[in-house]
Amino acid sequence: MFFEDSVMMSRLLTSLTLIFHVIFATVGVGIPIMISIAEFIGIKKNDRHLQLLARRWTRGMTVTIAVGVVTGTAIGLQLSLLWPNFMRLAGNVIALPLFMEVFAFFFEAIFLGIYLYTWDRFKKPIYHWFLSIPIIIGSTLSAFFITTVNSFMNTPRGFEMDGGNVTNINPLEAMFNPATPTKVFHVVASAYLTSAAILATIAAIIILFRKGSEYHTKALKLTVTATFIFAIMTAIAGDLSAKFLAEHQPEKLAAGEWHFETEVGADLILFGSLNEENEVENAIRIPKALSFLAYGDFNAEVEGLNETPADEQPPLWIHYMFDLMVSIGFYMLGISALYLLFWKVKKWNEENKWLLWAIAAGGPLSMLAIEFGWIFAEEGRQPWILRGIMTVAEGATTSDHVGLMFILFIGLYTVLGAGCLVVLRKMFKDHPAEAEFESRYPEAAATKEVDE
Amino acid sequence: MGYEYIGITVLWLFLYGYLIVASIDFGAGFFAYYAKITKKDHIINQLISRYLSPVWEVTNVFFVFFFVGIVGFFPDSAYYYGQALLIPGSIAIVLLAIRGSFYAFENYGFKNNHLYMFLYGATGLLIPASLSTTLTISEGGFIEETANGVTLLYGELFTSPYSWSVVFLAIVSVLYISSMFLTYYANRANDHSALALVRKYALFWSSPTIIASMTTFIALSQHNPEHFQKAIDLWWMFGLSVAFFMIALFLVYVGKYYGWAFIAVMFQFFFAFFGYGASHLPYILQPYITISSGVTNETMAITLITVFIAGLLLLVPSLILLMRLFLFDAEYVKGKK
Repeated sequence: MFFEDSVMMSRLLTSLTLIFHVIFATVGVGIPIMISIAEFIGIKKNDRHLQLLARRWTRGMTVTIAVGVVTGTAIGLQLSLLWPNFMRLAGNVIALPLFMEVFAFFFEAIFLGIYLYTWDRFKKPIYHWFLSIPIIIGSTLSAFFITTVNSFMNTPRGFEMDGGNVTNINPLEAMFNPATPTKVFHVVASAYLTSAAILATIAAIIILFRKGSEYHTKALKLTVTATFIFAIMTAIAGDLSAKFLAEHQPEKLAAGEWHFETEVGADLILFGSLNEENEVENAIRIPKALSFLAYGDFNAEVEGLNETPADEQPPLWIHYMFDLMVSIGFYMLGISALYLLFWKVKKWNEENKWLLWAIAAGGPLSMLAIEFGWIFAEEGRQPWILRGIMTVAEGATTSDHVGLMFILFIGLYTVLGAGCLVVLRKMFKDHPAEAEFESRYPEAAATKEVDE
Repeated sequence: MGYEYIGITVLWLFLYGYLIVASIDFGAGFFAYYAKITKKDHIINQLISRYLSPVWEVTNVFFVFFFVGIVGFFPDSAYYYGQALLIPGSIAIVLLAIRGSFYAFENYGFKNNHLYMFLYGATGLLIPASLSTTLTISEGGFIEETANGVTLLYGELFTSPYSWSVVFLAIVSVLYISSMFLTYYANRANDHSALALVRKYALFWSSPTIIASMTTFIALSQHNPEHFQKAIDLWWMFGLSVAFFMIALFLVYVGKYYGWAFIAVMFQFFFAFFGYGASHLPYILQPYITISSGVTNETMAITLITVFIAGLLLLVPSLILLMRLFLFDAEYVKGKK
């Protein structure tokens, strides 16, 4: 049974940890920049609402960061516990960014601690805002360093294999391998996008269910505008990633696109299904669009999956992961553009029910897109753990008890996930924004009432 | 001195750092819970939470630094320890995860919730116990390498007196270090009722600490006579450790210079920990990994050391800033900020 298969269980346990961790890692990278933007505009325009927004987001983030830290520690240790052979080999070449990631995180943690407890300790509020910069640098650099490790697994560089040993090592070349630029750009842009979208979801839901106030309207405007900008960034990053795949990892692109025969002017296949002869049915075909996606030229030649030996091909179901990820990306771009249009056209109400619902769906959908994207990226590298050099089966532990540990970790993540939701709900439900605004800024709240 | 010595020294320093800051944190969690069930929480929990709030994440990073660093400098350790420690390692992850996240949950959402406080207190003792397994198996005799890979011999581990003496030492040291620090911190905050209580804890936990150290030495001489002999050759380091222990105990007993007392505690563990580490060499894991056989290639080692120095130049000023704002800002310590 596969429960006793240590390779299978190591893969499942790693997926479990990553699927859970990436939720918190993503908001940990993206929310600091949203906080910084809100605080900066709040100080510059002397807008108390935006300053309060920054405060409340920070408070929520402390809880998600805590879960991110502990699950990050988990995956850091599991790399060695579940993939000892891989780490023994890769540690020789790619230890540098792993090491630097810890520095970046350390730096972030120190300044987050300071930021959190010094809201009112400076005479000039802008000094407090300066503290948000090292947090952004630290969190984005963490994402950068860890993504270079994943890039290295896809396009290993910076060493030579001599029998079973690695020689001629160049740590910087390993870190800045061909996959690094596009992957880092894609990861960082999509983390920003998803964080903005989740914050927009919260604002939209409060306006839908509790009427909301000026505070929530401002939050919605800020977050949806940011969503729009980050969605454009993510789309560009996604396009560059496809072009990278076409050149350096053609089998991943081919499996993701169900592109079997090498041809010029290749069609792009959206969704659909495969029959028993591996022929595509029920799909939407966009003529020559795959060639354009891969090379920016409708008549370019795109390598098909049949060029890759059968035992080195990724599974074909990743096609759906790719299509779902891309569809959600375009949904986010469309819905945020629509909101901006409704906002700018005076006659239209940007807070109409349908639009709010569509925005509310955006946060969870973006997070799903992150998961689909990572599943595509990881499954698309199969059977390799280090492409062309070591398979996942060669990298895994031989220990018998991985299945048992899998159950243990399901329990852990259930408890952490539930605890996180309960605490976040309690934190904000017991202290609504309006009440906090009045107690924190009584003078601003009072003038408001006179104005009205 | 080869770069493998620089590597292991740096890593050992980090582990020492973790030993101190994590012990303070682990013990504080236990004392907070203990004070709650003995209805003395109003006396010390304010003090404990003012210290822990800003620094808990930093504690965790020391640990991550150590294990990421050791895999970087000595990739073979990933292979042997990784395979052998699947179960104890996973249990440690779960405990660390529960501790870290429930601390945040309690602190930001549910103040003084009984279950959260219990989990925070219990994990504070269980984590050192589970992590100390790693040091135990590094002595050799608990791991078997076959054609199928590396396995941990649980029967040997659970019946070994050495293994249990290490667990005992880990737990009492945590309580000792933590209560010594809290004594200093309470004094700094001019909190007399808290000081009286934590000073009592500190005096209470000092004798078990020295007894546990002696027991561990005796068990080591049974389990690994070779290592024991090398430790005896470094007798002066352990002698200094005991001397600093006496100084710390004396200062706390007479109730003066609590700051110096805690520094003496740090030296006590510094000499014991480095004496242990130095006598452990050249082995990282007996008999499979020595620092020269297991070390990474020269390029990577030099790069890691360079990055390490650059990183320290960045981090030390930031840490000092953090400490000045919280730990050593008298007004903050007293609860006025």
